[in-house]
Amino acid sequence: MSSEHSHPHITPIKIYLAVFATLIAGTWLTYWVAYKDFGWLNTPVAMAIAIVKAGVVVLYFMHVKWQSKLTMLYAAGGFVWLLTLFAFTLQDYFTRSWLPVYE
Amino acid sequence: MSSVDATGLAHHFEDLEQQRESATLGMWAFLITEIMFFGGLFGAYVVYRTMYPEAWDNGSRELDVFLGAVNTTVLIGSSLTMALAVRCAAKGNNKQVAGFTLLTMVLGFVFLGVKVIEYKAKYDHHLIPGPGFMYGGHAGGHEQIFFALYFTMTGMHAFHMIIGAGLMIWVILRALKNSYTPQNHTHVEMIGLYWHFVDIVWIFLFPLLYLLGRHGHAIGAATGGHH
Repeated sequence: MSSEHSHPHITPIKIYLAVFATLIAGTWLTYWVAYKDFGWLNTPVAMAIAIVKAGVVVLYFMHVKWQSKLTMLYAAGGFVWLLTLFAFTLQDYFTRSWLPVYE
Repeated sequence: MSSVDATGLAHHFEDLEQQRESATLGMWAFLITEIMFFGGLFGAYVVYRTMYPEAWDNGSRELDVFLGAVNTTVLIGSSLTMALAVRCAAKGNNKQVAGFTLLTMVLGFVFLGVKVIEYKAKYDHHLIPGPGFMYGGHAGGHEQIFFALYFTMTGMHAFHMIIGAGLMIWVILRALKNSYTPQNHTHVEMIGLYWHFVDIVWIFLFPLLYLLGRHGHAIGAATGGHH
């Protein structure tokens, strides 16, 4: 939702403290699970925690939750382009060995 | 130069709300370029880690997990104080803006100080990529690629923090002149966005650099140092 004219959004302090607590808990959690052996799932688990942490920072600390829809679209667009960068880089590097080499 | 009226409205905007919306969009456009900048480094990380998984685990275990976790906590704390500084600006409380911004800056310097301690240890352990690089008693090795990315990524992150600290001085000076009002505090809000972005980069760097090679190794058994 966009904020009202000349009436700034003031986030209740409780929300900021809850976000802070979530981020600290997330840090402990990611530290703790790093020593558990989940096989190939270790990195996806760590990334899932990091994405949740980044998400609360973007929504609450960076106020995207209370910004206009245009700003939300802009912010989301950045991450879409990041995924595009990864997708195209990795589909090249990870598939090179799949293809026969023609002399 | 554009003329600015007493409320801080530049002449080419209809009202403060439009001015704020434009600044927010512009800031996010800048942050997207930053996402792509760090994204390239993360992309290189993924490719090389897939090529040399063992070297990545070895390199990761040379880092000090305890200091990394402390720094993560410090940086999250600085994001909280930055958010509180912006909140105080929205209430027009300039004294508290200056206080919370100063606190954010101090936490930023604590982070950088810890980073210096870590870099010094890597230097002492011959883990700086280049002719002097040694891992496990041997020169060279693919661990060097891990450390090249470690120093590039954490170095660029630290560089962003130093710029952030400079911006904090600007915020403090403006707060001391009582220039933030509930209607117009876009300046500190935008610098807040930048600082939170830098926090997000670290949220990904910490598990990817410090924690990746830990499973199968007991806590405390290999928290950095050369054995």
